[in-house]
Amino acid sequence: MSKVPADLRYTKTHEWVKALPDGTLEIGITDHAQHALGDLVFVDVPETGRTVGAGEPCAVVESVKAASDVYSPVAGSITGGNGELRSAPELINSDPYGAGWLLRLKPAHAEAVGGLMTAPDYEAMLQTEGG
Amino acid sequence: MAFIPHTPKDVEEMLGAIGAKSIEQLFDEIPANLRTRALAGIPDALNELEIGRLMNERAKLDGRPLCFIGAGAYEHHIPAAVWAIATRGEFYSAYTPYQAEASQGTLQLIYEYQTMIASLTGMEVSNASLYDGASAVAEAALMAARANRKSTSQRILVPATMHPHYGKVAVSTASNQGLRFEELPYCTQSGRILVESLARFDGQDVTALVIQQPNFFGVLEDVDALTRWARERGIFVIAVVNPTSLAMLKAPGEWGGTGVDIAVGDGQPLGVPLSSGGPYFGFMTTRMAHVRQMPGRIVGRTVDLSGREGFTLTLQAREQHIRRGRATSNICTNQGLLVTAATIYMTLMGPQGLARVAAASHARTRELVAALSRVKGVRAAFDGAIFHEAVLQLDRPVAPVLKALASRGILGGLDLGEHYPELGHALLVCATETKTAADIQTCANALAEAMKAVRAA
Repeated sequence: MSKVPADLRYTKTHEWVKALPDGTLEIGITDHAQHALGDLVFVDVPETGRTVGAGEPCAVVESVKAASDVYSPVAGSITGGNGELRSAPELINSDPYGAGWLLRLKPAHAEAVGGLMTAPDYEAMLQTEGG
Repeated sequence: MAFIPHTPKDVEEMLGAIGAKSIEQLFDEIPANLRTRALAGIPDALNELEIGRLMNERAKLDGRPLCFIGAGAYEHHIPAAVWAIATRGEFYSAYTPYQAEASQGTLQLIYEYQTMIASLTGMEVSNASLYDGASAVAEAALMAARANRKSTSQRILVPATMHPHYGKVAVSTASNQGLRFEELPYCTQSGRILVESLARFDGQDVTALVIQQPNFFGVLEDVDALTRWARERGIFVIAVVNPTSLAMLKAPGEWGGTGVDIAVGDGQPLGVPLSSGGPYFGFMTTRMAHVRQMPGRIVGRTVDLSGREGFTLTLQAREQHIRRGRATSNICTNQGLLVTAATIYMTLMGPQGLARVAAASHARTRELVAALSRVKGVRAAFDGAIFHEAVLQLDRPVAPVLKALASRGILGGLDLGEHYPELGHALLVCATETKTAADIQTCANALAEAMKAVRAA
């Protein structure tokens, strides 16, 4: 059973969102997602300053099985990417909610996060997906 | 093994499961006026004996002309061993097999091909080949648009001295994906691009500059200055090169000191017969930094669990069968058979053999230009240095002169009127190592006769 921390928000496409004290959001892919992908071999770390819409591809993670898009959970502008992942993509496998974070984003609308799934919602979704 | 996997019983069961009466019924939604009917004008099938006889008759109509046309496809000597080996059962398949790793020999050959092409172009990594030179240029432009993240304009500068067909294919392939191709004019005296003419782009967002070396006129571009100009401005450089010429000329990996970003070209000169225009193959090399944006497939060398060497397809995760619409390219294959021939050709020739072919082709072309320029009314069009092609200026229309030469069994070159009307009566000629001094004299004598005949007419 994959880990789903209670204090984060989630998307249907398996991204997690953490609200940081400065009002920005930290975004990564969930434990379930990294399990499904397998060993990650490359991460296309997003560039700072890019503006993305909700549901728009903002990064690519590549495993031995597949290259997958990561979708921005909300609209906003990217304030930073996790440069560590360029040389150590496996951090996403070992610590998906910590050292394996992907990008930070300044949301266009602060309230948008409230519309995302809570941990119980996401767990329920994984159950129905058979995850 | 049957290649049609479904028996009539399978088909019946599948149709039953979805409630359809026939396969034909599945196409009902296509309006009748869009359906193809039986093709008209297709003759009855012929057996092997009959088709052999017909093809021999047709081949006789072609004759055995003495060919001085290059323009992107070149008549080189192909050692008999090339196709004797390429057509061995172990190699004679045009396709990378499914479950590719079961075919270690095929993968090793492609790996050797990649190594040779990377070495020839002076670049870090090669893919397993593309369809041809023209589609390789289009793919390189698309790749540059993905990889050059400093640029958002998707503007690609293309010299008018690049092969006109390559430009057309690039526009067809990539313009609907948002790329804009802008033509760079050339100097009509030297037949090449002047780096000073690029000053008008200073301060503008340009994604990539294409440089063909030698260019379509056979003239050598100032590749160092052009590459430096582009790279100083964050503009990607796409080199389009003739592989034979690289045995004599500076490799794209060294242009301008830093080298180019992507090098492509048509591999036909490496052991592939002219064969009425194809199939040929395209090659593509790049820097490791851009490898994940490179289309096509790459064979890698690895070790298995017991530490034994093996070959495998690598970096497949970005191909179409996995990434669908977001794949780096719709090309997920390579020109296996022609790559096999080219790899054998390069192996047999070696770097020194290829250098001799290049030097002989260059020398023959210089002799050809000298001999033809002595004919009254004919002169070299440009003063720039050439490799193994040159443009001649005639004082009368080219088409009837070529027709007169053809009647003497000589293909005298390509009339540039269609693509370069500004050059007037211009003729593109080529000689490779396959032409002797006697062939060149025959051509010069015939040209002198043809020129007189056209004037008389």
